[in-house]
Amino acid sequence: MFRLFLASLALVGTCLTASAQEAALQTILQEHRATIAESSRKTIGPAIDAIAASGLPQAQRMLETWAAKDMWMRKSDGLFFAGRKGEGRTYVLTDFDTGATVGSFASSELAQLKPNSGIRAMIGTALVRFQLSDPDRGKRLSALDSIQRAPEAVLLPPLRASIEAEPDVEIKMRKQRLERLLTIGYDTDHRARVQAIDDMSDGLGLDLRAALNPLLVTSRHVAPALPDEANIAAVLEPGREGLSVVDAYDLLVARDLAPPRVSQDDIRNALAAHIVGGRVGDVPVAQLDTDAARAQAYAALARAGAVPALVTQADMAAAVAGHVFFDAYVEPSRAVTEAAQQALDRIDLKVGMNQTLDLALDAVSLASIYFLAAIGLAITFGVMGVINMAHGEFIMMGAYTGYVVQQVIPDHTLSIIVAIPMAFAVTFAAGVAMERLVIRWLYARPLETLLATFGISIALQQLAKNIFGTQARPLTAPGWLDGAWVLNDVVSISYIRIAIFVLALIFLALFLYIAKRTRLGLEMRAVTQNPRMAGSMGINPGRVNMLTFGLGSGIAGIAGVAIGLFAKVTSDLGSDYIVQSFMTVVVGGVGNIWGALAGAGMIGFLQKGIEWMNPSNTLAAQTYMIVFIIIFIQFRPRGIIALKGRAAGD
Amino acid sequence: MDRSFVARNPSVLVFLALLSLFTLVVTVLSEGFGIGVISTSFVKTLGKTLCLCLIAVAMDLVWGFTGILSLGHFAFFGLGGYMIGMWLMYERTRLIVVDAMSQAEIPPTPSEVVDAIGSQIFGVVGSSEFPLVWAFADSLALQLMLVVLVPGLLALVFGWLAFRSRVTGVYLSILTQAMTLALALYLFQNDSGLRGNNGLSGLQNLPGVTAAQDIVSIWFLWASALALGLGYLLAAWIVAGKFGSVIRGIRDNEARVRFLGYSVEVYKLAVFTLTACLAAIAGALYYPQAGIINPEEMAPIASIYLAVWVAIGGRGRLYGAVIGAAFVSLLSTWFTGGQAPDIPLGFYTIKWVDWWQVLLGGSFVLVTLFAPQGIGGLFDLWSNRRHPDRHGANLGPDAGSLREKEATQ
Repeated sequence: MFRLFLASLALVGTCLTASAQEAALQTILQEHRATIAESSRKTIGPAIDAIAASGLPQAQRMLETWAAKDMWMRKSDGLFFAGRKGEGRTYVLTDFDTGATVGSFASSELAQLKPNSGIRAMIGTALVRFQLSDPDRGKRLSALDSIQRAPEAVLLPPLRASIEAEPDVEIKMRKQRLERLLTIGYDTDHRARVQAIDDMSDGLGLDLRAALNPLLVTSRHVAPALPDEANIAAVLEPGREGLSVVDAYDLLVARDLAPPRVSQDDIRNALAAHIVGGRVGDVPVAQLDTDAARAQAYAALARAGAVPALVTQADMAAAVAGHVFFDAYVEPSRAVTEAAQQALDRIDLKVGMNQTLDLALDAVSLASIYFLAAIGLAITFGVMGVINMAHGEFIMMGAYTGYVVQQVIPDHTLSIIVAIPMAFAVTFAAGVAMERLVIRWLYARPLETLLATFGISIALQQLAKNIFGTQARPLTAPGWLDGAWVLNDVVSISYIRIAIFVLALIFLALFLYIAKRTRLGLEMRAVTQNPRMAGSMGINPGRVNMLTFGLGSGIAGIAGVAIGLFAKVTSDLGSDYIVQSFMTVVVGGVGNIWGALAGAGMIGFLQKGIEWMNPSNTLAAQTYMIVFIIIFIQFRPRGIIALKGRAAGD
Repeated sequence: MDRSFVARNPSVLVFLALLSLFTLVVTVLSEGFGIGVISTSFVKTLGKTLCLCLIAVAMDLVWGFTGILSLGHFAFFGLGGYMIGMWLMYERTRLIVVDAMSQAEIPPTPSEVVDAIGSQIFGVVGSSEFPLVWAFADSLALQLMLVVLVPGLLALVFGWLAFRSRVTGVYLSILTQAMTLALALYLFQNDSGLRGNNGLSGLQNLPGVTAAQDIVSIWFLWASALALGLGYLLAAWIVAGKFGSVIRGIRDNEARVRFLGYSVEVYKLAVFTLTACLAAIAGALYYPQAGIINPEEMAPIASIYLAVWVAIGGRGRLYGAVIGAAFVSLLSTWFTGGQAPDIPLGFYTIKWVDWWQVLLGGSFVLVTLFAPQGIGGLFDLWSNRRHPDRHGANLGPDAGSLREKEATQ
């Protein structure tokens, strides 16, 4: 009997506990039934907080269901259930606490809860607490992402709580970093915030700067005397830098502490509104075409009380002198703003250094592009003294060769490997043909060469237009060249630029090898220095010139493939580079590959430097660079690295 | 040496006579003053061609006679156009603004008028303030002086820098090209104060002139013809005298002229600056006929085309430059305007709009290689003048010296 009693007691107890648990979430929901049913963003806050604060495991599923608009209220008793569409116009309801199916009901007996986007965002924030310790790694990461996107004070405690139990080292580090950042922004204890700022101030991440910058936001105030409690950033003196008297006065006007100024437009409108019989304040309308006459008429109107009196300079000065102007931090704690300011100063220094590094990398990559474009010219113009205005068109031909190869071979990596020798072959042939047919006859006539090659240049450009059309053709880089090498938030360089840099180095090495270690190079140098003497030594200058010109043209073709990878291939691709290429060779010094390198380096760094000083305007950068080059040539007419002796000409 | 200038240079008289005849014929055939055979737009094209002939004469002076292949004279041409364009645009906008403001109840103050003009002109580049370069835009006289002063000063400074550091030959060509590019890029900026790539527009409307365009176009034709005639006369006078002998000497053998005691730099600078002024005057007459000027016009390629005209016409003779400029630019208008008939080849139809540049480039190479004396050389056949027999040697060692075939005995 006793056993039976115990058993029944236990049974009842189980039932009771079960029902108590069962009631838990539903109870909370029922407490806030009115606000939940109302679904207003303004009032829903306490309900979501209560649900999230309950700590019940089923609360996460309930919130997810709610956000997904799958929560239904049974009209008969006001209980909330998860609903799933059943047969016909019925819905199958499931209890949140037990997970048991309650039954299916017709939609007329139910009311769907449709939280709007504002409420869904609030639910999302509440869900983050659960997701932070979700067993699924992806969910934890996405929770961190969402905190980073929209940091809030309420997220700080759950974030802190989740760090301890975090099994994943990488996520744990991210959580710790995020916790520090949130502490900086939202902790209630100043010391903890200052501590967090100090902890973090040796980094330079964008997120850190984003956390620190809002702390230093100031607003401009005006008061009769400096208030004691405000966290003042700077006291401004009207008339000095940063705040003109007019601005200060306008601030007074905005606070209703002074009458508004009367602008020229106001005066004109006021005068126009008070024309009486062709006169305004005793001044004939026809005479109102000077400021003095207008001021006189307006003063008459003001005396009559028809318009507000003119605010004079003296009025403004007097009004401004009676007030103190200052910028105050929005953040009330002085310790925090000071720590943030110091940290930002340190970070700014570091960011500045990294930006310099980034700029230097940019300049190096630009220099290598110019070097690539100019290296062929350094051979034809620098070594042979032949000016080839069609050099840019050889670059273009190389780029179009790459494009055509890519049409035949769809694999990008393979097509680039094929395109480089193809481009060399095509432009080598074109260069040799041009040398044999035209340039050979004009060796002693550089100006005629210039014009003849220009004729070839416009013909080639138009031919390219006729064949390939005017629209830009793509030359796609292989996939492994996509993306960038990111050092930190400030310094990054795209792989394609690194590849171009490497290519420039390869060509430098290749050219040095050909010039210094091969028979052709020896003959080339001999012909450069003294063609007649070379000829009498058994060298055929014509053949050497032909091959040298072909080599220079061929390298231009390969440069074209490289340039085409990052710029669109059009028929005027080459002409964009031709003047810069000539500048590179002229600045560097003719007749020397190192000169071209020095010239490219100088022009690259110069252009990036000028762009850095005036980043909005790349046109201005090019203008100033050319002006600088013109002046530079005054001082070193033969370039940075000048040839000496007989080869120099005179 | 006691013969008169005209007697020594009969070609000048012939040229001036032909120019007058041409102007007269066009006037008679025009819509404005004559029987209306030639359309107004073609009259404008002819007037513009006369301006191009003038700048070609300037180019011939500097390249054909002094041996400086300047690739920057179109920059001076454009600058001249900009200078006159500023006044035209300012004055026309002022008339419109004053007209609009006279409707207001209160008469405008002078500063209000200027502000309104500013916002009218610079609205397209998001500004309303007059930049400093427009300081004299309200005065026609000052702006006309600037037409020659600004390009002249630029040429003087640039030339002085270039010539004193003995930059010659190809280097000088590249340097002048760089100058042109720098100037064009500078003008392309919106904050350069000349409306960026919008340029100046509406220049064909002369402020205060109510005459129709067909009358105005004839006025400009006359002005262009007069400028060309005077410019040609000036150029012919210069090259006929001692000055001409010195610059020809500089062209063929600069070092020798220097050793003879002449200040080569001063002569070069004088020619460079003078031709820059001539180019600017040509530009100031050209752009009111074109109606619009923008930095695109001053791109380096335009100056190279100028050299092409002179080379095709025959450098080193003034009428050659005029013929080359007129011939190539009119032919170019004809081909690119789509008037030239297409040539069907069966498998492909040659459309001249697409192929004209190829033809021009190719024929230019051929002229350079085989007929350096250009079209002007045809007159040598007719007048029985022969080339000196120098066994293929040039007249001098310098890059700009005349070739055997270009010279006449």
